[in-house]
Amino acid sequence: MSHIKVELKQEQITKLKEICKSFDNEAGELINVLHKTQETFGYLPAEVQEVIARELNVSVAKVYGVVTFYSFFTMIPKGKHPISICTGTACYVRGAEKVLDEFKRILDVKVGETSPDGKFSLSCLRCVGACGLAPVVSVGDKIYGRVSPDGVKDILKEYE
Amino acid sequence: MAKYKMHLLVCGGTSCRASASDSIIEKFKSEIAANGLENDVQVILTGCFGFCENGPIVKVLPDNTFYTQVKPEDVTEIIAEHVIKGKKVNRLIYNPEQKKGSKSKGFYRKQIRIALRNCGVINPENVDEYIARDGYQAIGKVLKDYTPAQAIDIIKKSGLRGRGGGGFPTGLKWEIASKNAADQKYVVCNADEGDPGAFMDRSVLEGDPHSVLEAMAICGYCIGATQGVIYIRAEYPLAITRLKIAINQAREYGLLGKDILGSGFDFDITLRYGAGAFVCGEETSLIHSMEGLRGEPTNKPPFPAESGYLGKPTNVNNVETFASVPVIILKGADWFSSIGTEKSKGTKVFALAGKINNVGLIEVPMGTTLREVIFEIGGGIKNGKKFKAAQTGGPSGGCLTEKHLDTPIDFDNLIAAGSMMGSGGMIVMDEDDCMVSIAKFFLDFTVEESCGKCAPCRIGNKRLYEILERITNGEGTMEELERLRNLSLVIKDTSLCGLGQTSPNPVLSTMDNFYHEYLAHVNDKKCPAGQCKSLMKYVIEPEACVGCTACARNCPVNAISGERKKPHVIDTAICIKCGACIEKCKFNAISIK
Repeated sequence: MSHIKVELKQEQITKLKEICKSFDNEAGELINVLHKTQETFGYLPAEVQEVIARELNVSVAKVYGVVTFYSFFTMIPKGKHPISICTGTACYVRGAEKVLDEFKRILDVKVGETSPDGKFSLSCLRCVGACGLAPVVSVGDKIYGRVSPDGVKDILKEYE
Repeated sequence: MAKYKMHLLVCGGTSCRASASDSIIEKFKSEIAANGLENDVQVILTGCFGFCENGPIVKVLPDNTFYTQVKPEDVTEIIAEHVIKGKKVNRLIYNPEQKKGSKSKGFYRKQIRIALRNCGVINPENVDEYIARDGYQAIGKVLKDYTPAQAIDIIKKSGLRGRGGGGFPTGLKWEIASKNAADQKYVVCNADEGDPGAFMDRSVLEGDPHSVLEAMAICGYCIGATQGVIYIRAEYPLAITRLKIAINQAREYGLLGKDILGSGFDFDITLRYGAGAFVCGEETSLIHSMEGLRGEPTNKPPFPAESGYLGKPTNVNNVETFASVPVIILKGADWFSSIGTEKSKGTKVFALAGKINNVGLIEVPMGTTLREVIFEIGGGIKNGKKFKAAQTGGPSGGCLTEKHLDTPIDFDNLIAAGSMMGSGGMIVMDEDDCMVSIAKFFLDFTVEESCGKCAPCRIGNKRLYEILERITNGEGTMEELERLRNLSLVIKDTSLCGLGQTSPNPVLSTMDNFYHEYLAHVNDKKCPAGQCKSLMKYVIEPEACVGCTACARNCPVNAISGERKKPHVIDTAICIKCGACIEKCKFNAISIK
């Protein structure tokens, strides 16, 4: 499991219980509960999963199995500015790989990691459906289209 | 309703929104207010026009002017010139032909829009506009005039086949589900569009959500279900928002919920969110995911039509399939089956992307040739390069090459050509794309997305990927090429679900069509397209180099050295082969060897 040890505060546990309650503590709603939780907490550390498992009356292993199965869920906190590079086919043939390499080089992190200062995290996603703008990069909610390796440093500059 | 003299339709699809169509709408509204035109001109947010390459799109009605690549700073000019003075802003009009008054637009000329009929026409957040375009008439007609069996018969006769990839006859699927007796049945809409590079389902949901809701209700009536579920990717926030608005509006109007249109038929729809798993496009995986489990497939039978969601008979159809249903009911099976080829009726939406001039969403009759799609609608290959291949069917599909250009596109012809329809993604590649790398790219995807339940898919695809990696690194052997093919065939034969059964297709198809590229990588240790980094090195020709230092200054890793006005050299041990130097060299002195 995650190497990051998190001490949950009482109010966070209360919040988690509220989320589970809002889905009637129904085991079949696990994925929706996880969506809501990740929206609230930003990520799903092991300790959070334990609380959810208790509330929905399923094993922690089952919750962990679901969290790790779906790429949308993460057990590592995202950076302040999460960067996602689209590596869908359309972006790939228009040079997404070179753009990704440039991000990796400048930030010195691998895909799925967060920079040590917690500012940027790097991930890949498969197609946001804006293929007309390929290659596409998103930082937080902002989408950048037709990104070239040269343009990477300009994007990062906006967040300095 | 107020009568407006002029309507400004602004695209609010994901692609156009990413290029600031939101602020264009805001600016239009404030300019209209500033000029006191609120009662004459209306700004409408619409769904995708399909012409994403040239977004953001603004269409002016009634004179049907089609503005492309509009920027917020163009708004003042459009209002001052076109809206107030009636003079079109020529520099923003897409087609030169249109400037002379002709109506033809190359991009739209060969298209017939059935599933996309309302996209870019109506405001998706207003149910009245859908109703004004004959919306919810089909469900009314079905409830009033037809028994479930009669309605199923219409769908069967229309020849509609599932648009999600499999191409299974929709009417037959409904009939099977209708015959299984149960106290509860479910209608599921598969909106987990996982094929990278395909965005038609998203565009339909964003541009015309009510058509899907109406069709699901029709399906519910036909198979005897009162509950519908839309399983949608969490990555599509805009589509989710619009669906929620649409469901609430339909409930308010009594078009969903209890006793629809006073017929005594109850039907309601809820949403479930996917969480990023390609395998969940497979019916049984999707159902497990809806139940809050890992999205792993199970053996069929039992088919979902017998035992699906919560163990009840369940009918799963794709978004595009549903979107075609209301029109078929209204216009009739004969009308629909008159379009298309013998075994594939109607139209198909394709997401054109890659190295093509007009990236976008197109809907063409089945049987349109690849040549028409790429060179007429798509406007040809970007930068005048040579066409090499079109990849259809996503990670489960294959490549179509020059020899397939005149093959009519339909379900069966694509399979015969070693590819498949899939959900309709079509990625165009040019001479600069290495086909071995493309195969590796798809295998990388499959390895990541394999759920791990069955060994052939979990282990086999990983081995395929490793072989491809060795080949692109110049370490491949002829024996490995042989193993690549054999292993591919074994994986196809022995995998549990559709994902594994089709995952080697990109390998087999590129081996069949571009075997010489594989041989070049293995025997000559060369990548003909110049894409595989390990097989190339950057070299400066001393004769051509004038020592301007542009390359050295732009090299991100300082691999280039040399005195001013003297030929430079690249240290290949440091070079990361990023290509920055080639772009900066004005003397064509750097080449890839």
